Amino acid sequence: MVASAALVDGAAAVAPGGSVASAPTRGTRRRDWKGYLYVLPAFVVFAVFLGMPLLQTVWYSFWNWNGFGTATWAGLDNYTEIVSDPSILRSFGHSGVLIVFYSFVPVAVALMLTAILSRSPRLRGLGLFRTLLFLPQVIASVVVATSWIAIYSPDGLINQGLRAVGLEGVTRAWLGDFDTALPAIGLVGTWLGIGLCLVLFLSGVATIDGELFEAVRLDGAGLWREFFAITLPAIRGHIVIALTLTIVAALKTFDLVYVTTRGGPGSATTVPAFEAYNRAFNTREVGSASAIAVTLTVVILLITLAVSRLQPKEDPR
Amino acid sequence: MRRSTLTGAATLAALVLTLTACAPGGGSATSSEAGSATASSAALSTDVAAAGDITLTVWDQNTDPGINDAQEALNTAFQEKYPNVKIERVSRSFADLKTTLGLALDAPDAPDVVQANQGYPDMGTFVEAGLLRPIGDYATLYGWDTAFPAQQLSLNSFSADGKTWQGDNLYGVSQTGEVVGVYYNKAKLAELGITKPVTIEDFGAALQTASAAGTLPLEFGNTEKSPGIHLFGIVQAATLGATGVNELVSGKSGAWTDAGTVEAADLLTQWTTAGYLPTGSSGISRDAARDNFAGGGSLFYVDGTWRLSQLGEAMGDNVGFLALAPAGSTDPVTTGGVGLAWAITGKTTKTDAAAAYIDFITNPAAAAVLLENGNLPAVVPADYTPAAGSLESDVISTWNTVNETNGLVPYLDYATPTFYDTITAAVQELVAGQYTPQQFADTLQADAAKFAESR
Repeated sequence: MVASAALVDGAAAVAPGGSVASAPTRGTRRRDWKGYLYVLPAFVVFAVFLGMPLLQTVWYSFWNWNGFGTATWAGLDNYTEIVSDPSILRSFGHSGVLIVFYSFVPVAVALMLTAILSRSPRLRGLGLFRTLLFLPQVIASVVVATSWIAIYSPDGLINQGLRAVGLEGVTRAWLGDFDTALPAIGLVGTWLGIGLCLVLFLSGVATIDGELFEAVRLDGAGLWREFFAITLPAIRGHIVIALTLTIVAALKTFDLVYVTTRGGPGSATTVPAFEAYNRAFNTREVGSASAIAVTLTVVILLITLAVSRLQPKEDPR
Repeated sequence: MRRSTLTGAATLAALVLTLTACAPGGGSATSSEAGSATASSAALSTDVAAAGDITLTVWDQNTDPGINDAQEALNTAFQEKYPNVKIERVSRSFADLKTTLGLALDAPDAPDVVQANQGYPDMGTFVEAGLLRPIGDYATLYGWDTAFPAQQLSLNSFSADGKTWQGDNLYGVSQTGEVVGVYYNKAKLAELGITKPVTIEDFGAALQTASAAGTLPLEFGNTEKSPGIHLFGIVQAATLGATGVNELVSGKSGAWTDAGTVEAADLLTQWTTAGYLPTGSSGISRDAARDNFAGGGSLFYVDGTWRLSQLGEAMGDNVGFLALAPAGSTDPVTTGGVGLAWAITGKTTKTDAAAAYIDFITNPAAAAVLLENGNLPAVVPADYTPAAGSLESDVISTWNTVNETNGLVPYLDYATPTFYDTITAAVQELVAGQYTPQQFADTLQADAAKFAESR
């Protein structure tokens, strides 16, 4: 954070000097040089631990390589495979489904809860609810996955509940059924996401001037009117952040799938991150794995950019 | 400004150039070095004490209770015998070993002794990259070449280029024997009035009888995806026969779309449609299935002999073990072989100590330790007699029978580097009715054909 601020400052200091026709003064130059020095440590860390591996991955993606022997040049083959291999395409499709569960549903539910909770800010035990709803975020995802395996299992909580109300016919192995496995994983994502979104939105609501609410209430506005007139515009920035975080989480999904289904049944729950891992370490197709990883990164960047355009131009505050 | 942009671009270009200087994996000296190491057969020695104070790093997958106890006991005994050697044991589950062993072998500080899985995905890849040392010389020195049956040695052999499995170079010896077969609940079998099935046809009939009597015939939990290989494997072994499966997996002849394989898939489909297997098996974990069988929840359960100590402990003498024979035969044909091969890595300099260690944990004295802890050794000492009527006696007699009658067929995932992935997913599709037997066979054949092309 500090380092990037220095970068911006440094660039700002240079830009006018560079654009002016006359030679820049010595002083500007020295400051300019120092600015980069501040950035250097952060840049070195970035370059070594992120930049290099990233470039390496891009490089590997142009080869057919099993990880040990000699590689053969593949050119763009690994990328054309991504669009021609139905199993990879399907995994990206699954990610699309997960975005709905991980992002859209939690944001919608959290917005509804925000509308209700912001109406009565002096709700008793609000802190407790906030903590409880945020709790899933704090638990390690392997633990989350393991608990949900038990909940979804043939004799798990959900099926017990269904049997208790006479819905024996609906019971199934939720994670082992071709039709329900992906939504079942998605719902875990929903459960994870709601708390995060709600805490974000409530913190946004907290920044709204209380007088505004009083004013609309005096004008006789109801819950929904108040929400759409005041709350929603005020927390637009927070919604964009929530969307970005949850969409990225959906696209990056690996741990839940790895622990609960290993991509199964069949390939009903494979996702790109799992495919990349599986190809790199299990089936020894390092080039193909790298190409999937690179494509996934590009997709995430593009979607994040698109979502960020929803960000309000001015700071709402 | 302009200059710094230039510098940045130059740095980036330099980075890319550094990376592009060589192909991944290419130019690395590993393979050529290892290749030359094989040729130079410096004087071998069985004298471990002469090596001075050394540490042997050993990677194994002996994590199940019975085999873990045996391994610990053997390691301790080895260190007592050779106080100058310290064993550093790294123990991983099979799945974790599969994903990490390659990286470890390729690292500069590679382990000295490892357990490598047979077949093309692991051993073949490692041999091709020069990461394992051929051990034919030590086999002669220690007599492994005569102590182990030829079929076992052949499973642990490859051609020097890693392209042909069951080739002429030995890369490891195995500690344990493995047979996948059918565990059955003796009391339930008697209760249902069924005689112990011998052939695959008897087995199908027994499933039907149990189902008609309201007992779950065959417990099956396949969340981890690997149990699917075993279930399909034992059926295919009985429908296609030993030679057929062996030729198919080693890539010598045959196609996965041939009649025997399709017939096996068809049988499995019939059994699932008839409800002989639990519905939603892909959502049941393998441990849950084992526990349900052990608790009397089903008549049969398919798994390997590595479950010997666990099921024996849980069910006492109420559990039996059998392997199925093809129709019209009495000689069982089933999936199995030997435990992961204990191999010497290509990078180790402590080859003498490594070989001595491998001998120590696989010789007849080690076999006794393995038996004591409820495991099936690769070679059961001739004078060993298990308690009559025990699960152990069933397991040992099955092992001896399939070895004598050449009834062992290799694990199907040895076929190609991607086969594990392909067949495990395909079995889940098959038992869920998503694939017809023919589609199932086509999927497997497509994978095999792709590999055959690249070889």
